[in-house]
Amino acid sequence: MDAIVSVRNLTKSFGPVRVLQGLDMDFPRGKITSIIGQSGTGKSVLFKNIIGIMTPDEGSILVDGEDIAGLPEGEKRRVRRKFGYAFQDAALFDSMTVGENIAFPLREVLGMKDRKAMQRIVREKLEWIDLPGIEGKFPSELSGGMRKRVGVARTLAVEPDILLFDEPTTGLDPVLSESINALIRRVNEEFGITCIVISHDIIGTFHIAHRIGFLADGAIQAAGDPGEVARAEHPILRKFLQNSFTDLRLDCEDEEEE
Amino acid sequence: MKDESRLLKKVREALEKMGLFALFLGEVAKWTFRKPFRARLVTEQLETIGVMSVPIILLSSLSIGMIFSLQLGNFLSMFRAEILTGAAVAKTMSRELAPVVTTLMLIAKNGSAMTAELGTMRSTEQLDAMETMSVNPIQYLVVPRVIASVIVFPVLTGIANIVGVLGSYFITVMVRGVDAAGFLDQLYSYTRPRDISSGLIKAAVMGLLVSLICSFYGYHARGGSRGVGDAATRAVVTSSVGILIADYIMADIMIKVLFR
Ligand SMILES: Nc1ncnc2c1ncn2[C@@H]1O[C@H](COP(=O)(O)OP(=O)(O)OP(=O)(O)O)[C@@H](O)[C@H]1O
Ligand SMILES: [Mg+2]
Repeated sequence: MDAIVSVRNLTKSFGPVRVLQGLDMDFPRGKITSIIGQSGTGKSVLFKNIIGIMTPDEGSILVDGEDIAGLPEGEKRRVRRKFGYAFQDAALFDSMTVGENIAFPLREVLGMKDRKAMQRIVREKLEWIDLPGIEGKFPSELSGGMRKRVGVARTLAVEPDILLFDEPTTGLDPVLSESINALIRRVNEEFGITCIVISHDIIGTFHIAHRIGFLADGAIQAAGDPGEVARAEHPILRKFLQNSFTDLRLDCEDEEEE
Repeated sequence: MKDESRLLKKVREALEKMGLFALFLGEVAKWTFRKPFRARLVTEQLETIGVMSVPIILLSSLSIGMIFSLQLGNFLSMFRAEILTGAAVAKTMSRELAPVVTTLMLIAKNGSAMTAELGTMRSTEQLDAMETMSVNPIQYLVVPRVIASVIVFPVLTGIANIVGVLGSYFITVMVRGVDAAGFLDQLYSYTRPRDISSGLIKAAVMGLLVSLICSFYGYHARGGSRGVGDAATRAVVTSSVGILIADYIMADIMIKVLFR
């Protein structure tokens, strides 16, 4: 497997709280990989270590074969440009308009100065996420789903190699969740961007992911393609899947009724 | 026993906080002199902290000049020395009252807002988002606020000086009927440039302190809107007490060095 990101023996504690304890995981290039697991197991911490805004206590994080764990801050920043990070609640800058939010990385990361060109890219990205013409709105005027889309558009502006999605569908209704999942698929297929997704949405995950890792007790307990993970024998994972697929069955019944 | 351990915990927390603040200071100092320098952000802050605060500073310094003249005029009239009111007001305003009152007003108006804004950005992961885009939040958000504060505080203090004396003139000359020429004569002969410059230096130091303390509390805010609210309250209390202590120390030094 050609892994664009490999995590080896990642260990991270906050004081007495041991969050990650020797986590290993490979993320194949050009594919969608999902990390599932219960709340508070350290999924977001894993992401922050991968992108280098948190430093591991132990272990290494290989990005294109280069270990970023020990790099000085300046070098980290160079590697970080390969990444985009779509935050759990979009993390749009609420003092800026949607247009300014998307232009922010263009100006600050790529050093663009040409206003016209930036406006063009902003318009393009907004059209791509099916929200044309909202440049002038402030994040507080948007719905949760729209904010998440704009968050994705902002990360796409600088054309990353790898996009991290932190719970892209949490807090959205099923229809919106599906549209975000479709958006992730499009990002992956149209731009060939490697997507890494944290999700509680098990059903959606099994739909879109090429590879799934199950995180519990500070380590990946099961990893593989969706079929392999669905068959894996791990008590918490089984429970996790059972709950979700009971929901799925209910969903299916609903659909049949319609 | 239990109280003792609680006390120890308090002490340890306080020490940790001080350590954290020292680190924060180091970061701010470092990023102030790194490229790129974003003049646009400083200008924006000059406007929010400075221009938007002019009305409240006008109002507060005018009231203080007037109230002070009323009380002082009453007292001085016992010695038939009302004519000195303007000079006394100008001297105390420029040395102490203008910088302190201006700073307290700016803490109330901008300090708490600074903490709340940064705290909200922290708790909604906007600061993390900035970092993932390789933009240092201290450089982008804190440094402009600190620079703007160090400029704005003395400027507004200067304005407060002038307006305070105008208030005094109004009460003393126009209401109480003291001779205008005499009022101005005494004002000019007793107020030294040193009085004014010492006040302006104080104001600049206070601007530095207030902006650092308030952004520190915001930058390290934890735990949702409740945490942000707590942080804002702490920032206001700490910076208010802090500037009074700093004022005493500076007054002591200045009396020894400048006014010997
Ligand atoms: N900066 C930090 N300082 C201290 N503790 C932290 C920090 N970040 C995370 N933690 C702790 O690490 C643990 C894992 O947090 P994390 O946010 O990674 O969970 P998560 O798996 O993303 O959960 P969720 O699904 O609810 O988002 C939690 O107990 C959290 O309190
Ligand atoms: Mg999380």
